[in-house]
Amino acid sequence: MESVARSHRVSLPVLAVASLVLVTLALALVFFVVPNDADQGFSQRIFYFHVSIAFTAYACFAAGAWKALLHLWKRDPRADLESYVAIHQGVIFGVLVLVTGSIWAKISWGHWWLWSEDQLVLFLVLFLFYAAYFMLRFSVDPGPQRENFSAVYALFGVVLIPVSFLAIRIAKSFIHPVVFTLHGPSFGGWILVTYLVAQAALLVLAYTLYRIELAGKLIDVRLRELRFA
Amino acid sequence: MTTAEKYVTAAYCAVFAVVLVYVVLIALKLQRLERDVDELERKEPAKDDERETISVG
Repeated sequence: MESVARSHRVSLPVLAVASLVLVTLALALVFFVVPNDADQGFSQRIFYFHVSIAFTAYACFAAGAWKALLHLWKRDPRADLESYVAIHQGVIFGVLVLVTGSIWAKISWGHWWLWSEDQLVLFLVLFLFYAAYFMLRFSVDPGPQRENFSAVYALFGVVLIPVSFLAIRIAKSFIHPVVFTLHGPSFGGWILVTYLVAQAALLVLAYTLYRIELAGKLIDVRLRELRFA
Repeated sequence: MTTAEKYVTAAYCAVFAVVLVYVVLIALKLQRLERDVDELERKEPAKDDERETISVG
């Protein structure tokens, strides 16, 4: 239990305030500062949160895989919990990617969803893969076996992240926009500043929610131990 | 309000709603955990009292 009770460096109230400030700043920039896109007009404003949420979801899945690797390597029970919470965050942000993406698609393309788009379908596959993680996890009794199964599954899933990210760059015909190329982002000025603030806001928000959920899980584990002690 | 403005508002409201629901669920869970901790704390002194009343010899 000692490893489970490790303390973190940044306190939760500080993180919560930072999240609130950054999200508010990002929203202010999105709605009051950044100019309308020449091609898409006002609807392009979904981009700032949609893309930031997508990268945050990828980061959560990657963190989940990293913690899973740590669990398999060091047999640290806390790493299993951290992996589970990170993947849970990733799935929540994944839902948001699909919702905001569908709304943006409806304005831009006239459809809520296009099965012909590799980027969309691959993200859906990635999302469903991680949604199935919970089915696997809760179909096995708590213990080392469940932790190991979950860790191996989380590690397999991380392979899908570069596939999902690179699919649009490999595909020859697409309508999903590519904003990050090998030469950097295809935008600058206020658009870049707003995107970077939104990205920072969502990463800090995700980390704050991760810490809160993890704290709850750790208390839950400790309570169970006390009840059965 | 134009159609684009309505859709953009809907997208940001959806993000806000999902985060809000998540925070509410976590808050409810933390409240439950707090109740469980209180319950355990109430049980612990009771156990100590029981131990004290047992006569030795």
